[in-house]
Amino acid sequence: MTAGHESHRAAPAGGGDFTHIVRMEGVQKFFGAVHALRDINLAIGRNEIVGLIGDNGAGKSTLIKVLTGVIPPSAGRVYVRDRPIDLNHHSVGMAHAMSIETVYQDKSLGEKQPLWRNFFVGRQITNRFGFIRIREQKRIAGDILLNTIGFRGVGITVDSTVKQLSGGERQGIAIGRAMHFNSDLIILDEPTVALAVKEVRKVLDFVRRIKQSGRACIYIEHNLAHVHEVADRLVVLDRGEIVADVSPRDMTVPELTEYLIGLQQHR
Amino acid sequence: MFARIEGLPIIIVFALILALFMYTAPEVFLAPQIYTTLLSTAPPLILLAAGLTFVIGAGEIDLSFPSVIAFSGYVFAVLFKQYELGWLAVVGALASGVLVGVVNGLLIARIGIPSFIATLGTQFFWSGMATVLSGGKSYALRGADDSSVWQFIVGNFGDPNSIAWQDQVSIQAVWTALIVLGLWFVLNRHRFGEHILFIGDSNDVARVVGINVEREKIRLYTLMGTLAAVAAIMLTLENKNYFGNQGQGYLLTAIAAVLIGGTSIFGGRATLIGTVFGCFIIWMIEAGLVASGLTGAWVRTVQGLIFLIAIVFYLFVEEPGRRAELLRRFGRMPGPGRRDAGRPVAPGGATPRQP
Repeated sequence: MTAGHESHRAAPAGGGDFTHIVRMEGVQKFFGAVHALRDINLAIGRNEIVGLIGDNGAGKSTLIKVLTGVIPPSAGRVYVRDRPIDLNHHSVGMAHAMSIETVYQDKSLGEKQPLWRNFFVGRQITNRFGFIRIREQKRIAGDILLNTIGFRGVGITVDSTVKQLSGGERQGIAIGRAMHFNSDLIILDEPTVALAVKEVRKVLDFVRRIKQSGRACIYIEHNLAHVHEVADRLVVLDRGEIVADVSPRDMTVPELTEYLIGLQQHR
Repeated sequence: MFARIEGLPIIIVFALILALFMYTAPEVFLAPQIYTTLLSTAPPLILLAAGLTFVIGAGEIDLSFPSVIAFSGYVFAVLFKQYELGWLAVVGALASGVLVGVVNGLLIARIGIPSFIATLGTQFFWSGMATVLSGGKSYALRGADDSSVWQFIVGNFGDPNSIAWQDQVSIQAVWTALIVLGLWFVLNRHRFGEHILFIGDSNDVARVVGINVEREKIRLYTLMGTLAAVAAIMLTLENKNYFGNQGQGYLLTAIAAVLIGGTSIFGGRATLIGTVFGCFIIWMIEAGLVASGLTGAWVRTVQGLIFLIAIVFYLFVEEPGRRAELLRRFGRMPGPGRRDAGRPVAPGGATPRQP
């Protein structure tokens, strides 16, 4: 926890030899009689943004939870970097260790705490007695603010509290934190919900930064226009099943909307 | 600048109240004895309030510490006097405080009982236990001041037979200062302190960022129980007497000291310097009002008033968002226990929505 991440802090993401950051094969999930995930086959490349679309209850959250070790699947296999995962022992901590990080809306940052604490909480740089190296954390946090997230001249410092930030900036901090800890896959759970248009633009810029830095991203979104704009691939989930896997170039936003409405009427 | 110095508003308030008492009761507040008395009698309150700063900072509460003062005080007194165990009595008392703390922690973190309820229950249990075991008796520790325990924990620096104020400076003030200093570093610089503040901010966020919330809460209550036991030992030794309800006066004063000091009632923000000055204020009101010629009956009234003024002040200045949220919540529930699932309508007919 204390040693290690300082040394590879500046290293580019995505080293090693693999094709897919994660791959799910024939994944099923039952909650009692409810078939929440049906035969999911999904592979995420090392440097692509995959938009995950679906109505409420389509299984988006369940899919992410299986992927990040919050819950085990009922059947099927999950590979991380082409290596199979022992699903009985998969946990959030292990997902972190395997460089998968989830950014939940509103649940990722301590509101009253300064940014430098938020960047490192849970993974503090400490001496061997557990005391935090504050100066070093602040220096690195400042570096993340300027270079990774690109907050320049907006009056935000490492001592600002999260409360002082706008909704979009908060998402930026959470995304920046994930990028700093060299997550190869960043999962965003509806990052633009309840944000003003200007703030949405900021978040979409942060998403593009993820791609530029050579990482992969799963972007869960309700708003089709947002996800259509930044995603390389759109995966549509309906009643626990993947019903479409298309490139945004092949389907415009109105077409996509039509398609989704069609799915609902079919129900 | 105002926010840069920890606890500055409360330090100013402290100075103002001190100046007021120096004016209304100069013969007391301009003489050194009142301050040496402060150093010998305030430590238990400060230790309790320091522990509570962590607890309240974590968004929790502990109501059971007055009964730790009773229970651990009993354990200490009986081991010290009846069994003449000396330092082992200190160890035994500390162990009993740890026990109470761990039980609190397990009830709250593992079983999931809200801390208010859990510690209300343990408060009754342990104070009842102390009464049962002691049979309601008090223990006079006559001659305790000859023991090394007494001299090391609550002795004076000077000649014990002298009544000059320089000889009355108590060692417990130094121990307390060292403990509070250590706790300050833990709260502000240690991983544990940071976890406590994030837990106070939101349990959900704390879990998402990888904090083991349950484990830290158990540690938190263990710390609180241990500090309460230290306070119990100091109090019992200082009084050279144990009596069953010796902890009762501390419940309100310790909580008030923490909140006056500026620790957020909602958790997530905590200041030990503020707490120490909060303790000074609470203590000084008691001494100052009596010295100024008011009866002791006024003490609680004024303490309660200052407590409320402080809460209102912090609510307006530091947490305007929370205040708006509270108002909104109460605006939506016009009658006690009534829950409007439909459209929220205030008694006047207007929609009580805050902008």
